[in-house]
Amino acid sequence: MRLSGRGISCVRGGRDVFSGLDFEACSGEALAVVGANGSGKTSLLRMIAGLLVVAGGSIVLEGGASELTIAEQSHYLGHRDALKPALSVIENLAFWRDFLGGEANDAMECLATVGLDHVLYLPAAYLSAGQRRRLSLARLLTIHRPIWLLDEPMSALDAPGAGMFSNLMSDHLHRGGLIIAATHGPLGIAASELPIGVVP
Amino acid sequence: MSALAALVGRDIRIALRVGGGALIGVLFFLCVVVLMPFAVGPDLKLLAQLGPAILWLGALLASLLTLDRLFMADHDDGSLDLIVMGQTPLELACAAKALAHWLVAGVPLVIATPVLGLLLNLDAVPTAVVALTLLAGTPALTFTGMIGAALAVTLHRGGLLMAVLVLPLSIPVLIFGVAASEAAITGLSFAAPFSILCALSLASLVIGPFAAAASLRHGLD
Repeated sequence: MRLSGRGISCVRGGRDVFSGLDFEACSGEALAVVGANGSGKTSLLRMIAGLLVVAGGSIVLEGGASELTIAEQSHYLGHRDALKPALSVIENLAFWRDFLGGEANDAMECLATVGLDHVLYLPAAYLSAGQRRRLSLARLLTIHRPIWLLDEPMSALDAPGAGMFSNLMSDHLHRGGLIIAATHGPLGIAASELPIGVVP
Repeated sequence: MSALAALVGRDIRIALRVGGGALIGVLFFLCVVVLMPFAVGPDLKLLAQLGPAILWLGALLASLLTLDRLFMADHDDGSLDLIVMGQTPLELACAAKALAHWLVAGVPLVIATPVLGLLLNLDAVPTAVVALTLLAGTPALTFTGMIGAALAVTLHRGGLLMAVLVLPLSIPVLIFGVAASEAAITGLSFAAPFSILCALSLASLVIGPFAAAASLRHGLD
């Protein structure tokens, strides 16, 4: 499978954020989108996820499931973690597993992988920022999606957490997955860089 | 199908938990109806005459009050992004959210009506008729209100804008809801206004999800 973009431009609030951006990523490859604050990293991910209108150019996926859109084959991990404070850890994860549908893994195993199996019945309101991020990561594991769109995935994670997530990402790549991540720091995996905007 | 059941189940569960706000609507309904006899005065005949209208007005305002939360919470925590991206059609997801909202915010209004009817000097039959018209009419309020809620989310304006947008859509529901109740009490034909009320509900059941989904799709950012 190959995800590519040609001549993409992005307009936010009447301002040109970037234009003429090309990128390409194949199965088993990771792409690290790098650039200054406000250069349009999040906007690019949201355009791939179908959450923002592509102002110019095109984004094409070759070799995926032809009846599904790119968004339907992607996991999006954004700044906002899509967790409900009133629901417990396991309820939050079980909801997304049931709602997203598709090839599912055992929720308990996923929570054990991200190190949250000791707080299964704790309402998400009481989780720390790092624990919330870990719970969001468990969503990526519980349902299989070939494309991972990650926005600052390492934020709020401690060093063991970051190591754990690097391992999960390389497992995903080994299974033929594809990762596009907007990041300021190292991802801990081999990734080609996609500079965006003016690179300092 | 299981995706929609999961969405309905989640929304009901959140609403029933602490801070979920399932009872806000029915408490507001209670406030409006309890205050009305004090404002109107001790004329029991007048009160019985105004009863259906007061109950309907209270129910309409209560449903407007709770509707702006329908998409706002999901938008603020990012859940809406994932719902839009999912394989479930957005129209069905919107319908599922509205159904869950009706179950936790609309049905309690219907259940509270017999109790509040006592405060308005309504007899058993008129009270039952008002409850029946509310049961038939509140889905229309929820599903048309959903359109306003979706617009309010995409325009980043909460509360009041939604009420202003939705009010014109809910006026026909109010007219035929009260007309059906009054007709049953005074012995006029109940079937005609009640059928129109049911028709309004059924039409909004179809139009609401499509309009809300279209609004969410075009307004995402």
